[in-house]
Amino acid sequence: MNWLEGYRSRELCEALMSEIRQLAAQPLRFMEVCGGHTMAIRKFGIPSLLPETISLLSGPGCPVCVTGRAFIDQAIYLSGLEETVVCTFGDLIRVRGTDASLEKARAEGKQIRIVFSSLDAVELAKKNPEKKIVFLGVGFETTAPGTAAAILKANREGVKNFSVLSAHKLMPPAMEGIISEGIPIDGYICPGHVSTITGTKMYHPIVENFGIGCVVSGFEPLDLLQSILMLVKQVVKRKPKVEIQYSRAVKPEGNPEAQKIMREVFEPADEWWRGLGVLSYSGLKPNRKYREFDTREVFELPDFREIEPNGCLCGEILKGLKTPHQCVLFGKACTPSNPVGACMVSSEGACQTWYTYEGKN
Amino acid sequence: MCLSIPAEVLAMQGDEAEVSVNGNRLKISLMVLKNVKPGDFVLIHSGFAIEIINRDEAEKTLEIARLMKADKI
Repeated sequence: MNWLEGYRSRELCEALMSEIRQLAAQPLRFMEVCGGHTMAIRKFGIPSLLPETISLLSGPGCPVCVTGRAFIDQAIYLSGLEETVVCTFGDLIRVRGTDASLEKARAEGKQIRIVFSSLDAVELAKKNPEKKIVFLGVGFETTAPGTAAAILKANREGVKNFSVLSAHKLMPPAMEGIISEGIPIDGYICPGHVSTITGTKMYHPIVENFGIGCVVSGFEPLDLLQSILMLVKQVVKRKPKVEIQYSRAVKPEGNPEAQKIMREVFEPADEWWRGLGVLSYSGLKPNRKYREFDTREVFELPDFREIEPNGCLCGEILKGLKTPHQCVLFGKACTPSNPVGACMVSSEGACQTWYTYEGKN
Repeated sequence: MCLSIPAEVLAMQGDEAEVSVNGNRLKISLMVLKNVKPGDFVLIHSGFAIEIINRDEAEKTLEIARLMKADKI
């Protein structure tokens, strides 16, 4: 299976660009809410292929970027407790808490392990019954089913020393939060792999309540240009709707098995988002039936406050209000090798993608 | 973080599968995806198969762009 040649074909992309240029006479602002899109858009130089009338904004689509410092502080606190091991995806390891990152805490001897899958954390728990294994559940609807599956497996196999510190987040409340803050956008480039799980039903209220079109996009240049063209056509025809461009991986109904597992294990919870604050029911935590796997029920956790570093514009950048180049720290005090803000840590963060593909000036 | 990569399913046992990612063999979980069979291409995310890639739809997407290009000539 290799369609890459087609999805990166100059000729096919030029045909799409030509159509976009013909139709996009008025200024249009489209926002992507997926870190994978943020990276692909910069990597493939998509903005340079579009007419000046079209602006592409990065929204709160990178889970690492929107996760608060207090969550990292909690994880570091747990990793310092006796017989406790914190397991995390590698994405999170360099994000700073108030005083340190997980990487720094690990270097100082705290028990922090990087895992490939949530199931690796369950295996670690089985092999080390004397330890308490805490898995950091970070990510949107794409990642949450894997965490739910790990809890189901632990429950089924009687693994009592495994729990999840959940910062899982749901996309629609953040998309509505952006609109509610009055940030002007003409369409959403909707996340591809979140939609693989959820399907497209959750986007209909955005169209119906706010009149903003939603196109679920793939990650290749042709995907992104085709999605932008679909949004342009919706605006020109004044008919916002939900469409799927990424049909090879997204069905309107999504992945029913993954949804079933999520519903079985989780319930909605309020969550804090960088830039947006606390959004009602925008997160997921283990429900009453699985509370013994909720780290917050198992451990007594101190309160940590959300304190953002001086000068960091991550919150504004995640709402599309500022670009990384407008931050005084960007490329100077804040670089990929020494990140201050979370958007510079993740390879999918707006700041790191700008730094990598647009240059630091 | 929602990065997902395509992989070919080589073999299955229970709710696990052995897949090939560009020739590299990996063990992944099928706990959140049903109706997978050997030979399918699936999207892998954090150790889980999350969807079977629809080859017909992949072709259709390209065909739309090809038709647009033909229309321009």
